[in-house]
Amino acid sequence: MHIKVSDMKKVLAPSATNMDAIAATPMPPNAPTYWYLVGTRLMRDPVTMFCAFLLVFVVGLALFAPWVAPADPLEVSVMNRLQPIGTDGYLLGSDRLGRDILSRILHGGRISLFMGIAPVLLAVLIGGGLGILAGYVGGMVNSAIMRTMDVFYAFPSILLAIAIAGAMGPGISNGIIALTIVFIPPMTRVAESATTQIRKFDFVEAARATTSSHLRVLRVHVVGNVAGPILVYATSMVSLSIVIASGLSFLGLGVSPPNPEWGLMLSDLRESIYGNPMVAILPGVMIFVTSVSFNLLSDGLRNAMEIRQ
Amino acid sequence: MLSYAFHRVAYAVPIALAVSIIVFALVHVGPGDPLDAVLPDEASVQDIERLRAQYGFDKPIPVQYGLWLGRAVQGDLGISIGSGRSVLAEVVDAAQNTFILAAFAFILGFPLAIIIGALAGYFHGSWLDRFLSAISVTGISIPHYWLGMVLVVLFAVEFGNLPAMGMTPYGSDGWSFSVEHFRHLVLPLLTISAIPMAIVARVTRACVADALASEVTQALRAKGLSEVSVFLHVLRNAAPTILAVMGLEIGNLLGGSILIETIFAWPGTGFLLNEAILRRDLPVLQGAILLMALFFVTLNLIADLIQSAVDPRIQRT
Amino acid sequence: MKVITTNPAVLQPSVEDRGGPAQPLLIVDGLRKYFSLKPSLLSKSGVVRAVDGVRFTVAKGETVGIVGESGCGKSTTARLIMGLIDADEGELVLDGDPVGARNGLDWDVYRRQVQMVFQDSHASLNPRLSVEDTIAFGPISNGISRNVALSITHDLLNKVGLDASTFGRRFPHELSGGQRQRVNIARALAMNPKLLILDEAVSALDKSVEAQVLNLLMELKHSLRLTYLFISHDLNVVYYLCDRVLVMYLGEVVESGPVEELYRNPKHPYTSALLASMPTAQRNARRREAPLQGDPPNPINPPTGCRFHTRCAFAESVCASSRPMLSTPTAGTPDQDRHSVACHIHNPASGHSHAGSDRIVLWTSGHVNN
Repeated sequence: MHIKVSDMKKVLAPSATNMDAIAATPMPPNAPTYWYLVGTRLMRDPVTMFCAFLLVFVVGLALFAPWVAPADPLEVSVMNRLQPIGTDGYLLGSDRLGRDILSRILHGGRISLFMGIAPVLLAVLIGGGLGILAGYVGGMVNSAIMRTMDVFYAFPSILLAIAIAGAMGPGISNGIIALTIVFIPPMTRVAESATTQIRKFDFVEAARATTSSHLRVLRVHVVGNVAGPILVYATSMVSLSIVIASGLSFLGLGVSPPNPEWGLMLSDLRESIYGNPMVAILPGVMIFVTSVSFNLLSDGLRNAMEIRQ
Repeated sequence: MLSYAFHRVAYAVPIALAVSIIVFALVHVGPGDPLDAVLPDEASVQDIERLRAQYGFDKPIPVQYGLWLGRAVQGDLGISIGSGRSVLAEVVDAAQNTFILAAFAFILGFPLAIIIGALAGYFHGSWLDRFLSAISVTGISIPHYWLGMVLVVLFAVEFGNLPAMGMTPYGSDGWSFSVEHFRHLVLPLLTISAIPMAIVARVTRACVADALASEVTQALRAKGLSEVSVFLHVLRNAAPTILAVMGLEIGNLLGGSILIETIFAWPGTGFLLNEAILRRDLPVLQGAILLMALFFVTLNLIADLIQSAVDPRIQRT
Repeated sequence: MKVITTNPAVLQPSVEDRGGPAQPLLIVDGLRKYFSLKPSLLSKSGVVRAVDGVRFTVAKGETVGIVGESGCGKSTTARLIMGLIDADEGELVLDGDPVGARNGLDWDVYRRQVQMVFQDSHASLNPRLSVEDTIAFGPISNGISRNVALSITHDLLNKVGLDASTFGRRFPHELSGGQRQRVNIARALAMNPKLLILDEAVSALDKSVEAQVLNLLMELKHSLRLTYLFISHDLNVVYYLCDRVLVMYLGEVVESGPVEELYRNPKHPYTSALLASMPTAQRNARRREAPLQGDPPNPINPPTGCRFHTRCAFAESVCASSRPMLSTPTAGTPDQDRHSVACHIHNPASGHSHAGSDRIVLWTSGHVNN
């Protein structure tokens, strides 16, 4: 007797009882959102949490520098020049003009961090926007945008930043412009690559089938999924940005004296490297610590975001 | 393959052209009169005009660009305002010195970086891996100009056995392979290699770890291959990516050279560029950036071609 | 009389049945889509003839299946009908209104009335959105207020067998394959579509779950009076679910007809080979050789004439030279019972040695018993 496939299937049909079993799986009332899950995973990673706290501390110090710093960073005192670490009144020593290093480091943090973070934010907006556009629309628009970016991509970032800033001249805004230009191409690339991948997924097509508003589809379905990789990349970019921004000041581009800024201080203190070596390298320690923390934070974010289904 | 090579080379030409335009535009956007650096205060108006005409600064910008490009293609990049020598000569001389630094960094540093990365990847998750990874994260985050200063403090100030500056000992004129010259090489070499080595190590570690965890490796082990053979196999698979990154990092070696050469007063292209920026020596600035840019474009091109030749998975249409 | 809008606010079984019960819900005519390849030294420039002159109708309340091997153009056809890709040529008529024509239906309006249920994969649901947000996206984008949209969503979730209060706030990675497919179905239904296309909707599921989802689809079809276009490579599932079947090969429809009739009495050599290839547990119906040899040829340069002739046991010179048209051997049958085939064997005027003959015996299918 040949058993019809259709008969077999009727046996497995859902009855009232097994439908209930399906639906009755217990579940907490408020299921966690994606970012909540990322957050909890982050919190379980000790290295990342340490870096996060450290950065909050550094940024806090920089923000509240005028109230925390013991002395005026610009105050000159010829008598107290080149004091070593631990001198009374000059906790971390003083530079060749007698200015308190600790205060200068705290105030310098404001400028260094600003010059490090602002270009990345701008690059995320501009580069991310361009990349998402290129990835979503595809075709000629994509080629046009990505080929333009390719021109810049051949250069190492530092050289490009210095070349642009060098050509434009010193100044904070020139420095920020230079860094933003340097960071837009790689950010565009990351955004475009992520968007192109997401674009192919069925849920994007399903969304496109319900509405003719591309903006809506982008906003609800694309941006949320692309934000992750962009955030990871942006965080590691901040680390590089701080180093390059200080490097610009080190060369005399970017910030000009007497403003405190970590890179500028480093360049300043180079002269006293034989006399007061430990003080000379202090600003660099700040740059280094901040940069490493951002990098480790970026790694931690990347690990936390790999949620497997 | 050949068609890809052809497309790639042809594609590099408009890039180079775009680069030259950008370089020119940037330099002329900057503030200040390019002649300020050279003119004495008492220069008369006619002197100024004469100098201006001599350098061609009186013509409209697009015309200047055209003239400059036309001469550049023939190999004439103008005269340095600061030194009076031909820009091309200055850049070539400087490039040789930078090349020495970069070559040593490449030959000594990169293989070491690959070994470090491969070890970290092979012993993925162990204390050795964590230790080496920590070092490489440090390496990529470190401001190399600061590292240079730290090394100088350590070795030149505290220990006093290595020179803090300069490429050559007194009385010498250019590079030669002597102990003295090597002593001058050590600190800049360490400083300039740090970041590129760290990046190469990191990428190697990631590739090796991925490849070892892949099913291909499991299949090889199941076939009974010795660990050494499996490891070599993994390296061969990871080679294209690592080569590509190494190619890019050569760029970083040269890019980082600006700051390092300034610290150590090493007379390379970075030092030259820095001087040109300070003195606003436009012809040198333009010429040096252009040449360096062209160099990078060529470097990228070669790296791309090698990668597509080595990696059969890359299908180029 | 240009724009016709459907308001998906209220979930009614049949919305605006304009054409009446006799009007086919969808008429597809002359659908053609070629993809061109960029020329280079390595690969010659050419066109992939993904869909080449496809023509069929779907009646209201019917379930039409499309079967064929990978690369035959089923999915491209689905996306053309959905309006996700633009066709090079062809006409679509929805419930009597031509789409894109001056007096007919706007493409935007049309697209909302045809929805698709995708194959379950990690890519079918947005991992960042909760189940109810995913389902409510369609209605909200079309002007429904969030509250009303959510109540529609909960209603639909219950209809597909998921308890709304439990599953509404869940995320895709917390659902099983079967549950995800139910959400896929609910999402498609949220737009209150006239036509539902299911593209390999059960192919990725375990067998028992597949059975549950299929039964759900049958239930919904009856209770909501839906019309389905069911694409699959699984002939058993098509047999269970569909009223009529189209068989596609390399971008063309080679045979179409009522499912019972077609399975019992396949007329095209390809169809009969497909049916004969299904493994069977019956001892005496087992085969030693596969009825179909070789791989489907390259869609970039399909064979001349009848595209199947390179693998056909009955191919003759006329098959290589002229392309058979889809035609109905028995005249005068009502639309729904038409059994059409594109093969020279069944065309008396073709010049094939067996043309018009009923005595040819193709492979017998061990699947369906008479």
